[in-house]
Amino acid sequence: MDLSVDIGSLRLRNPLIAASGCFGYGVEYADMVDLATLGGVAVKGLFLAEREGHDPPRIVETPAGMLNAVGLQGIGVHRFVDEKLPELRAQNATVIVNVCGSTIDEYAEVSRILGDAEGVGAIELNISCPNVKAGGMTFGCSATGTRDVVRAVRHVTTLPLIPKLTPNVTDIAGIAVAAEEAGADAVSLVNTFLAMAIDVETRRPKLSNGVGGLSGPAIRPIAVRMVHECRQAVRIPIVGMGGIMTATDVLEFMIAGATAVQVGTANFVDPTIWPKLLAGLEEYLGRHDVARVRDVIGTLELTEAQGWSSS
Amino acid sequence: MPVDLDARVVSNVRLSADYNVVHLEAPSLAANAEPGQFVMVKPTAGLRPLLRRPFSICELLIDAGGAPTGFSLLNKRVGVGTTLLYGVEIDQRIGCLGPLGAGFAAVDPPETAWMVAGGVGIAPFLSLASALRRRGTPAMLFYGGRSADDLFYLDAFTRLDVRLVLATEDGSQGEAGLVTASLARELESTEATRPTIYACGPTPMMRAVADLAASHARPCQVSLEPVMGCGMGGCYSCVVPTRATRDAPAHLVRGCIDGPVFDAQQVVWDRLAPVV
Repeated sequence: MDLSVDIGSLRLRNPLIAASGCFGYGVEYADMVDLATLGGVAVKGLFLAEREGHDPPRIVETPAGMLNAVGLQGIGVHRFVDEKLPELRAQNATVIVNVCGSTIDEYAEVSRILGDAEGVGAIELNISCPNVKAGGMTFGCSATGTRDVVRAVRHVTTLPLIPKLTPNVTDIAGIAVAAEEAGADAVSLVNTFLAMAIDVETRRPKLSNGVGGLSGPAIRPIAVRMVHECRQAVRIPIVGMGGIMTATDVLEFMIAGATAVQVGTANFVDPTIWPKLLAGLEEYLGRHDVARVRDVIGTLELTEAQGWSSS
Repeated sequence: MPVDLDARVVSNVRLSADYNVVHLEAPSLAANAEPGQFVMVKPTAGLRPLLRRPFSICELLIDAGGAPTGFSLLNKRVGVGTTLLYGVEIDQRIGCLGPLGAGFAAVDPPETAWMVAGGVGIAPFLSLASALRRRGTPAMLFYGGRSADDLFYLDAFTRLDVRLVLATEDGSQGEAGLVTASLARELESTEATRPTIYACGPTPMMRAVADLAASHARPCQVSLEPVMGCGMGGCYSCVVPTRATRDAPAHLVRGCIDGPVFDAQQVVWDRLAPVV
């Protein structure tokens, strides 16, 4: 059974990627998870410099989901290359680095440094974080901002580029098209939904940042719909994510058009979820007599009446 | 190295209308657990609650031959997950990920150890008291609660040769008032014993203990309870503001990896998140 998929020039062993921001720098899990058995490890977002992030509380559980406002705390690209990348290489992990920037120049500089480092498989451009004031979602909320970041980074690296899109827009497919036209090798979606929770006793937000990003099973149907819309708008591969908890959820995204998927919140609930998801995928492929998982991608069956968004 | 397993419930003893203690069969988890470490617990396979919650390892359970068999959790019913844990039945399976985090550093004689617990904060001190006894370190426990109904395991600590100082806010057992008042008085009267202080309980209590320890120049370790997402260092939710020295800049470090036990003097208490 062939579980491999391709994201641009990058071959993944299987479609399962640990989602950025949900898996530290990967090394935190190396005792419990054989990183080489994952399709990829998307490490925590990196700016040029170290970054402190928001004060706690940074997380609150909500129905079938959670809000986070970590604020992209991170060690910066230089420390990542020196301290984390060697161990990830030793673990034979397929490393996807989530790149952040307060300016377009910063995205380009971080990406250039990563392009010169050994052991980076792809760059995921974080133009969608809802929890930072400068950069993040401000670029990803417009086609122009998306195009500008992708073009600037395209000039400085040959690594596969995967802009990570925000769902906090009216037309995510339009953003995906802008990314494709600017030279992206794939798009990943969705980042978290901007959201809020309030403590009614104190009448204060439950997060120190006031607002945060909603993830978990609560958002999955919206994310699936957005992957479906983008699949019909772009030719490049889509990395789908949003509340995946089971192999059935993985398949739902792939049938909607995702070539690979990322798993985030579920990893908090079950850090040993990966072999279970793989076993579920293989069981499905066997039962449906499909030899290659890539043959599942975009196989959504639509009636004419349901095909509204392809017209 | 942590393990992820579905631990079998061996017993569930209701200590009161709100507190219970669950004994779990988990030899591999217990085998490498240290006092003050924690376990991420998932009391249901469903989505409510979705995330695991951290619990201190209470007792480390051993068989007649001294081999580890499991551990216990002291639970206080406050929300959805803790209500599920209050109601677990024998032979039910509970998702447990652990042992996790940096626990207490037990001191050796001639040092002495003073433990200060508030309410459910007693949990990590049973295993610490056992470790101290094995080392021959004289130990004392300052234990406070709202009333006598909130104080548990007194016989167990006595059997471990721990000297008890009890305090209740309603005066129903021990001294009337806050446990920190008892601690302050003992620190004033017995400067010569020079104890290392360990604290676990409500944040205001731990902060008061930290201040008392600092004013008497005593080392103090506090077991904090930051809200956690994963317990593995993956999410950066549970950060705690710390500084290496009084004048050093504060940094946010992960409570699940660098803690939950911290040097009390390194914690920046003003920036600590309130526990909801």
